[in-house]
Amino acid sequence: MTIDLKTVKHISKLARISLEDKKAEKLADDMNSIFEFIEKLNELKTENIEPLTSIAETTLRFREDKITSNNIREKILKNSPEKNDDFFIVPKVVE
Amino acid sequence: MTEITSLSLFELIKNIKEKKISSNEVTKSFVDRSEKSKKLNAYVTENFENCLKLSKEFDNKPNFDLKLPGIPIAVKDLFCTNEVRTTAGSNILNNFVPSYESTVTQNIWNEGGILLGKLNCDEFAMGSSNETSFFGNVQNPIAKDLVPGGSSGGSSSALAANLTPVTIGTDTGGSIRQPASFTGTVGLKPTYGSCSRYGIVAFASSLDQAGPMSKDVKDSSILLEVVSSFDKKDSTSIDFKRNNYSSELTRNIKGIKIGIPKEYRVDGMPNEIENLWKKGIEYAKDCGAEIIDISLPHTSYALPTYYIVAPAEASSNLARYDGVKYGLRSSGESLIDMYEKTRSEGFGEEVKRRIMIGTYVLSSGYYDAYYLKAQKVRQLIKQDFDQAYNKVDAILTPSTPSSAFKIGEKSNDPVSMYLNDIFTVPVNLAGLPGISIPAGTDKNNYPLGLQIIGKPFDEQTVLNIAYSMEEKIGYKNNITDWWME
Repeated sequence: MTIDLKTVKHISKLARISLEDKKAEKLADDMNSIFEFIEKLNELKTENIEPLTSIAETTLRFREDKITSNNIREKILKNSPEKNDDFFIVPKVVE
Repeated sequence: MTEITSLSLFELIKNIKEKKISSNEVTKSFVDRSEKSKKLNAYVTENFENCLKLSKEFDNKPNFDLKLPGIPIAVKDLFCTNEVRTTAGSNILNNFVPSYESTVTQNIWNEGGILLGKLNCDEFAMGSSNETSFFGNVQNPIAKDLVPGGSSGGSSSALAANLTPVTIGTDTGGSIRQPASFTGTVGLKPTYGSCSRYGIVAFASSLDQAGPMSKDVKDSSILLEVVSSFDKKDSTSIDFKRNNYSSELTRNIKGIKIGIPKEYRVDGMPNEIENLWKKGIEYAKDCGAEIIDISLPHTSYALPTYYIVAPAEASSNLARYDGVKYGLRSSGESLIDMYEKTRSEGFGEEVKRRIMIGTYVLSSGYYDAYYLKAQKVRQLIKQDFDQAYNKVDAILTPSTPSSAFKIGEKSNDPVSMYLNDIFTVPVNLAGLPGISIPAGTDKNNYPLGLQIIGKPFDEQTVLNIAYSMEEKIGYKNNITDWWME
């Protein structure tokens, strides 16, 4: 299997990372050598194997539906690159 | 008296408790030495002034019952520290100042530790040489232009150079043990679920674990006791009975069964590593251990599995960096344009590569072929260890397939870089505890490490074997201070 330029561009769209053509070519090369290395897994038959989703054999714990942190709006907004008093500001999304 | 900065954590605590030295004297020594060691580029953010101030406060009102009484400690810049910049080695978090504290670092401050600074690391902990950091390469104090390993490269460098008495790193595929091995220091990755992940910048959540790095095994046991805790804020934190690792530390490992997995004898492994391993087996025998040959048949599938699972989880975890809530924002004409430019400019090449791989393996039509397949193989890798542990108490392997390499030597070939983690990655996939201890040197006098892998939650046995072997090995780093100004 080879990953072509078109696929790389499609993936970069999905990943929300803009990519110049020159960089996309280099990335396609890198990805192909990495996937060549990954293909080794196809040597193994795994039809009847249960996938391992979490190594910690715990069930998710419940907690009371209670607010534990109050009035942290200011703290949360503090690191935002653009904000007004109460909101994050983003480029216009509705025409 | 020997220089304060070359004392072990254990000795520092003892001296402080016996009032032979003050926290402020200790802090001053580490700050002075760190100031003279800028060439190593180990720090991303210094907290020196505040640390000196807090050490004085400790001396004015000391509490000697604490486990780290007034001890200055620098930590990997992947731990969120309240009101202190936390970058994860990335441009995208260059100006990020958390308003909360990671549980692991909070545990350290609760026991009297004081933040000395934040240490350089590969961007989002993705790398094995610290070369992917936005803040530049880190020098290995062992020799000029040598990588300190990664991703906890600032940590291993600062530790080996005596800029901090101990440190903490994080280990997703070897990021504590490999840099420890490259710098002649000790690094312990605990069992998955032992140390809380709360407040650690996430890379691959099913693999990430924080752990101690130190100059000797005893110091790691002291620090593990502090950082390991059950934490409700981490949904995969495990509530198990934790040992008093330092007081239960013993060199008596008579009759302990140590397995030697034949699959770790990989093609092209240098003779030096093979010989180190053989010597390690002899040391273990001298300590009273029984050596048993074992098989971990799926070892060669661990790296390909890792390079699906880790990027997949990373691509999902790093989706949060969108230029809206925190971090860097590039300007764009539309919201989508802003996202794409922010992420393109904010992330470095290796991080982008991994996000792309992760996005690809999770994308529609490929999920079963890659991610599901990898999770199934991960099960097989874990079963290998389960079966081995029916016969043995621990496993001994080399930590890395080579010693530290030169800066730039592998940075253009991702696969050759990934191969560095061949002996450490299986341990993360199976969620096991593993320690790297310095065990010898190569022909250039660069350090080499041995890895001891334990059963889940059996950090004590891992530490005991390491403690016992450490005494027999008698390794000492030969640091010449070549970087000092």
